[in-house]
Amino acid sequence: MAAISEAPAPEAAAGPAPRRPRVRPGSKLSRTTRQRLAADLGLLVILGAFVLPLLWLIFASVDTDPSMKVAPPSGLTADNFSKVLTDEITFTPMLNSMLLCGSATLMTVTAAALAAYPLSRYKARFSRPYLLTILFSTCLPITAVMVPVYALFVQVNLIDTMHGTSFFLATSQLPFAIWLMKNFMDGVPVALEEAAWTDGASWFQALTKVILPLMGPGFAVVTVYSFIQMWGNFFVPFMLLITPEQLPASVSIFTFFGNLGSIAFGELAAFSILYSTPVLLLYILISKRLGGGFTLGGAVKG
Amino acid sequence: MPITPATVLLLLFLAGPIAYCAYIAFTDMQLTGQASASFVGFDNFKKAFGDANFRNSVVLTLIFTLVSSILGQNTLGLTLASLMARSTKFVRSVTGAVVICAWVLPEIVAGFLLYTFFSKEGTLNEILAFLHLPSQNWLFTLPIMAVSFANVWRGTAFSMLVYSAALSEIPKEVTESAEVDGAGSWQRLWHITLPMIRRSIGTNLMLNTLQTLSVFGLIWAMTRGGPGNRSQTLPIFMYDQAFNKSLIGYGTAVALLLLVVGALFSVVYLRLMREEV
Repeated sequence: MAAISEAPAPEAAAGPAPRRPRVRPGSKLSRTTRQRLAADLGLLVILGAFVLPLLWLIFASVDTDPSMKVAPPSGLTADNFSKVLTDEITFTPMLNSMLLCGSATLMTVTAAALAAYPLSRYKARFSRPYLLTILFSTCLPITAVMVPVYALFVQVNLIDTMHGTSFFLATSQLPFAIWLMKNFMDGVPVALEEAAWTDGASWFQALTKVILPLMGPGFAVVTVYSFIQMWGNFFVPFMLLITPEQLPASVSIFTFFGNLGSIAFGELAAFSILYSTPVLLLYILISKRLGGGFTLGGAVKG
Repeated sequence: MPITPATVLLLLFLAGPIAYCAYIAFTDMQLTGQASASFVGFDNFKKAFGDANFRNSVVLTLIFTLVSSILGQNTLGLTLASLMARSTKFVRSVTGAVVICAWVLPEIVAGFLLYTFFSKEGTLNEILAFLHLPSQNWLFTLPIMAVSFANVWRGTAFSMLVYSAALSEIPKEVTESAEVDGAGSWQRLWHITLPMIRRSIGTNLMLNTLQTLSVFGLIWAMTRGGPGNRSQTLPIFMYDQAFNKSLIGYGTAVALLLLVVGALFSVVYLRLMREEV
C-alpha cells in the first residue's frame, strides 16, 4: 500500500518506458520491510477471523461450563471426552466411517490406478475422449444425483447397506482420482518400465512393481485425498443409510445436535475433535511429503 | 483391459443414476402411496418455474454462489496468496495452516462451528458488543449471508493454494522490472499479475462455483434451509421436495436442472483446459 504514494510519474508504467534505475540509498530496504510488515498485519487480521471458530472448538471441549462464545475455559475438565468415549457415541460411528471410507478408498485407488495406466501409457483412440469424459464428470455436482441414486438404490435393494454406500462413495470420487493418478503417472519415465518389459514382465507387473513404487508420493496423495473427502462426506451416507447402528460419524454427529433439545456443547466439541483428528493428521502427513498442498493445487490446475 | 473396473463403476453408479435422473424427472414418481409412476412430460419443469419457492431457491443459490464463491473465496484466496508472497515465513505458515485446517475439517463440523459463531449467544455478537455495535440473531435475520460467510471460511483454502501456485510461477524479473519502471502495486497487479495468472483465475472460479452450487451439509447443519425457506438453496429445496414432501419426480426435475447447469460449467471448463489433455 505504502508503495502507491511513492510511485513516480504514471506515464512510466503505461508504455515500455526505458529503464531508469533510480538510486535512492536506504529507501529500497525500508520499503521491502514496510511491505513485509503490511503483509504480515493483513495476514494476522485474516488469521484472526479464521482462528476464532477453531479456538471455540478447542476451548469448549475442555471447559466445565461451555457456552457458544469463544472464551478461555472457566475450569479445565476431561469429562466431555470421557462422556463421549462410549461404544454408542464414538466407537461404533468411527468404526463405521472406517469401514465405509476404507473400503471405498481401496476401490477408488485400485480402479483409478488400473484405469490411469493405459490412459497414461498408450495413445489409444479412446484415450482422449475417455479423459475428457472423466474431466467432465469431475465437475458434475454429485449432490444433484443423490435423489435419483436414492430411488435407484431402493429398487435394487442397495438402500441402507454399507457395501452399496461404499460403492457409490468410491464412484463419486473416482473421476478425480483417475485424473490425479494419470497426472502423477505421466511423471514416471516410460524408459524405466521398458527395462521391465525386456525382462519379460507383464503390464500388471510393470504397473505394480515399477510404476506405482516410483510414483509413491503421488499414489499416497490420491489415496489420502480420497479418504479425506469420503470421511467428511455427509450427504451420501445421510441419504443412503438409515439404520442408526450403521451410520458413520459424519451423520451420527448430526443426530447428536439435531435432536437434543438443549445441545451439550462441550460433548459435541469433544466429539468433533475426535472425529476430525484422523483427517487432519492424514493431511499433515501428505502435505509434509509434498511441501504444502501446493502440488494438489497444481494437479487440479492441470 | 485394466480400464474395465473403473468404467463399470462409473457406468453403474454415475452414468446410471444420471440417466435414471433424466427419466424420473419426467414422471410423477412419489415416495409413498403410488403403485407406479407415469410419464408427465414437462409438467415438473413447468411446475418448477411457476413455483415461488423454486424461484426463491434459485435466487438464494445465485446469492450464495456470488457472495461465497466469486466474491468471497476467490478474492480472499488471491489476497491471502499475494500477502503470503511478501510476508515473513512464520506468519505465512501459521495463517496457511489455520486456513487449510478449516478446509480439511469435515463439512458437518465446520457447519456446527459456524453455527455457534453466528448464533445469538455466539462469538460474532460478543465481538460486536465489545465494539459497541448492535448485535442480532444472524441465523434468523440474515441466514443466507451467514451460510455464505461460513462457506468462505470453509472453502477459501482451495483458492489460496491455486493462487499461491500460480503466483510462484511468475518470474521475479517481470515484476521487478515493472517496479523499476515505476509501476505502483495496483498497476502491477492489474497489468502484470492478473493477466499472467488469468488461466488460474478461470479454473479456480469454475471449480469454486461448481463446488458451491452443490453445498448441502454446511447449510443443512447451520439452518436446515430456514428460517422458513430463507436459506433454502437448490440442493436443499431438492431434498425438501423429494423427501419431506415425497415428490421424487419433482425433486429430481430440480436435480436435473442443477446437473445441466453443472454440465454447462463443465463444458466451459473443458474448453479452458483444452490444450492440456
